[in-house]
Amino acid sequence: MNTIAAISTAIGVGGIGIVRMSGEKCFDILEIFFKSKKGVNIKNIKGYTIKYGYIVDEDNFVDEVLVSFFRAPNSYTAENLCEISSHGGTYIVKKILEICLKNGAQLAEPGEFTKRAFLNGRIDLSQAEAVIDIINSKTEKEAKSSIYQLNGGLSKYIKNIKEILMSFMVEIEVSIDYPEYDIEEVNIEKALNILSKVKYELEVLKKSFDNGKIIKDGINVALIGRPNVGKSSLLNAILKEERAIVTDIEGTTRDIIEESITVSGIPINIIDTAGIRKSNNKIEEIGIKKSREIAQRADLIMLLLDSTRTINKEEQEIIELIKNKKSIIILNKIDLNKININKKELEKNSKVIEISAKEGIGIEKIYKEIERLFNLNEINTDNSIVVTNIRHKTLLDEALKECCEALKTIKENMPIDIISISVKNIMQKLGEITGEEISSDIIKEIFSRFCLGK
Amino acid sequence: MNYYGGEFDIAVIGAGHAGCEAALAASRLGKKTILFSISLESIANMPCNPNIGGTSKGHLVREIDALGGEMGKNIDKTFIQNRMLNKSKGPAVYSLRAQADRKKYQQEMKYTLEKQENLYIKQAEITNIKIENGIVKAIETNIGAEYKVKSVILATGTYLKGKIFIGDVSYESGPDGVFPSNKLSEVLKENGINLLRFKTGTPARINKRSVDFSKMEIQEGDKEIEMFSFENDTKNIEQVPCYLTYTNENTHKVILENLNKSPLYGGKIEGTGPRYCPSIEDKVVRFKDKDRHQVFIEPMGRDTEEMYVQGMSSSLPEDIQIKMYRTIPGLEKVEITRPAYAIEYDCIEPSQLKLTLESKKIKGMFFAGQINGTSGYEEAAAQGIIAGINATRALDNKDPIILSRAEAYIGVLIDDIVTKSTNEPYRMMTSRAEYRLLLRQDNADLRLTPIGYDVGLISEQRYKNFCEKRENIEREIQRLKSKIIKPSKEVNELLEKSNSPRIKVGIKLSDLLKRTEITYEMLNLIDEERPDLTRQEKEQVQIQIKYEGYIKMQNAQVDKFKKLEKKRLPEEIDYSTLKGLSLEARQKLNKFKPVSIGQASRISGISPADISVLLIYLEKEKRK
Repeated sequence: MNTIAAISTAIGVGGIGIVRMSGEKCFDILEIFFKSKKGVNIKNIKGYTIKYGYIVDEDNFVDEVLVSFFRAPNSYTAENLCEISSHGGTYIVKKILEICLKNGAQLAEPGEFTKRAFLNGRIDLSQAEAVIDIINSKTEKEAKSSIYQLNGGLSKYIKNIKEILMSFMVEIEVSIDYPEYDIEEVNIEKALNILSKVKYELEVLKKSFDNGKIIKDGINVALIGRPNVGKSSLLNAILKEERAIVTDIEGTTRDIIEESITVSGIPINIIDTAGIRKSNNKIEEIGIKKSREIAQRADLIMLLLDSTRTINKEEQEIIELIKNKKSIIILNKIDLNKININKKELEKNSKVIEISAKEGIGIEKIYKEIERLFNLNEINTDNSIVVTNIRHKTLLDEALKECCEALKTIKENMPIDIISISVKNIMQKLGEITGEEISSDIIKEIFSRFCLGK
Repeated sequence: MNYYGGEFDIAVIGAGHAGCEAALAASRLGKKTILFSISLESIANMPCNPNIGGTSKGHLVREIDALGGEMGKNIDKTFIQNRMLNKSKGPAVYSLRAQADRKKYQQEMKYTLEKQENLYIKQAEITNIKIENGIVKAIETNIGAEYKVKSVILATGTYLKGKIFIGDVSYESGPDGVFPSNKLSEVLKENGINLLRFKTGTPARINKRSVDFSKMEIQEGDKEIEMFSFENDTKNIEQVPCYLTYTNENTHKVILENLNKSPLYGGKIEGTGPRYCPSIEDKVVRFKDKDRHQVFIEPMGRDTEEMYVQGMSSSLPEDIQIKMYRTIPGLEKVEITRPAYAIEYDCIEPSQLKLTLESKKIKGMFFAGQINGTSGYEEAAAQGIIAGINATRALDNKDPIILSRAEAYIGVLIDDIVTKSTNEPYRMMTSRAEYRLLLRQDNADLRLTPIGYDVGLISEQRYKNFCEKRENIEREIQRLKSKIIKPSKEVNELLEKSNSPRIKVGIKLSDLLKRTEITYEMLNLIDEERPDLTRQEKEQVQIQIKYEGYIKMQNAQVDKFKKLEKKRLPEEIDYSTLKGLSLEARQKLNKFKPVSIGQASRISGISPADISVLLIYLEKEKRK
């Protein structure tokens, strides 16, 4: 059976999150993106073992994790299975699932792990009906949530793309099934135009997945700075603003504090390490390692510097570290009028904002910059189209792949019958998003649009 | 005054295209077979268009031939024009179509039937089928004979309670003036078979002498003639052309002004007509914006002046038909020999059939052709051969032949009508096949001849030739894949001449052939070790190499498809007791009784969650 993956822990904020993957190729897929600390060979790993290591996404560090290995038939599904325990929070867990899917796993259907457990003989007969109930209830839930998601913009948008393809497909099929019917033959230029347009539209949708993630999960902002630079004051200044405070969670495993505010309707989660925040911590180092970890998790890094002090070695290293990421450098304490930092030099790589947390000066500029960096104004209009469901995203990726294939066949001068294979595949993928069957539709369309027959 | 006429293994009712194939298959497989027709003059008649093949239908004819059927051979003997359609649109949709000499086609088929060992032909109407305990026992004719039979194949076409409409005139009749079959419908109903009422129509026939062809476009046959049967290669004959003309505003005006005289629009016809075969009234009403419709004038044979007017089927009164036809360029003085008419007939709801074409309810009762709600000669013949084979195999206690959707258009056709209830006559279309690129007309023998051989319809000699062909193709493909061509002046000149990029390093012949602009024939000049292959073999080599990537892709899809087809659902499941199924799924599954998870998934209204429930049920049963 193919390899499936899904998030096993409840969505939301939790100490840890677990992504579960099961199937024949489970370990092969894991090997692509899991780097064991000790360089263990995953393929020969014994069941019932746990390995420590990193999840990487094409060489980018994602999170440090523990992976539990189960070998067939001694696992929940009786197949090769692994459970990736990462840090909690929606963002990371989803990211890991996405990486599994990207590397060849398929998103599990509702209740599929349990179904497999049963089909592979792991679960007792008496539980069979319970399994069916699980599948049904989950399907219902899923259906409700996907209907919810498909109401409005997204489904309309996809339907538009499908209609463009449908009318193209119908033309192809009519010209094939009714070769003597007097319509124009499908011409190559038109085919190129249509498919390029579809490709563009699919790319827009694909990009919107990132925006969709932002709307649903918010932007994770890491606030980094050495002690006494004014992080607490800045946080307080931000919280003092009359903006909605969504959550205030403390005490997750890694002692991370998240404050959440909303900017332009988008949740902004400010992540800070408690270790740095605690006043009784006497260590003067920011902790490059920890900063690096936080920076990897964050969508945006805000480095807070004390404008009255020169940049120290650690700070310089962090400035290097964030060069290629979305970042803002904030110079605090400008009210003291004792600037010891070369602003021009810093501006080479990041936006630099001068504030006084204590006096509440310049805070607005931070919001403005976040808005600008993430196009928040654009995202948050009500009629923008966003893809938020990972299943939809996977299908969109596949549709896009087929679209490129179709364009390739056209450029290679392949006959239209060959082109139609990819076009039909795109439609099928989009149909899976909107839950519509394609082939009978095509025939219906042919007869409603063309006057055919003897 | 009844008498006992004797005992037969299999009786075939109806000698149209389905009946002929069914009777030939059964008798050739050694069964004592009796074939009935109300009139022997109407054996293998084409009461509508005088042609065989065309898109997807040509595929069916090739498949019938590959299995050892007759249609392909018969049209090869009697065609008067052949054209390969769709030549520019890709190898999977090439479609051969032949204009038939209609009378000769009938004659040849009748003669073939007459010569066939084990086959007995009778002119009679079957009025009763005796069934005991759900098993077919005997049949009775209108003239009082009773025959004991082990199974019966119903291939009644449009004859069941056939009723013809021409304007306000209507009368009970089969097509082309032959008596209808009025008794069998009741027999079927009494035995619990649900009937539907369908309609179809045909245009007028006209006299050639009254047509002015100078106002029409001429359509000639192909210069190089291809044939339907894999056993025939080519034939040189003088071909007869077709002609193309168009309707116009005046035609449409006549139609719209007289619409109230059409039984269709007057509500007198209750049967459901096909979307793909609309009357000219339908076309004008439904497509108001279209200012003209095509009209093809097709010959009906060499020694007749009658011609067929494709595109102008109608149920308007005869005088209006004359008026309407005479508005068309070239037909100003046309003489109609037979008017257009609509015909209404009984057919069965095909979901009552197994994939073998046997009734789910009555053992030994098979159905084939238009009685199953299909339309078209080729669709009928395809079902005929399968019904003939399976009726025989059932008597021999052998497993039935069920072709899958990944194997043949015939498989798609039968799976469609059995699995998806149809509410209009079903026509084969290439769009209905999921794996079109694999189900090509050129490779029908590679797909099906081994099956035909196992069944017993392919002779040893033919099979030997086939195996040789298959080996030649395979060997040549392997050779092209290993032979490397070096970049010589000669090679690059050849490539340049064909607008193909030059080569700088050695390249496999197969890779050169993959280039769109290169054909197998072109490479002849730079390929010295080339073996002597037949036209069919060369074509296979070229297609299989050129489209290798796409073929592989579809093969991968087929593998997935097959997995679900292999999961069999036992016949005796009562779905209404299966917990977890939706209400709709319970009803549909009980109605259709699918044989596999795959077939179940194609029934409309069955969701993926229902399929999961079925999989769990199967596992549960397995463990019991």
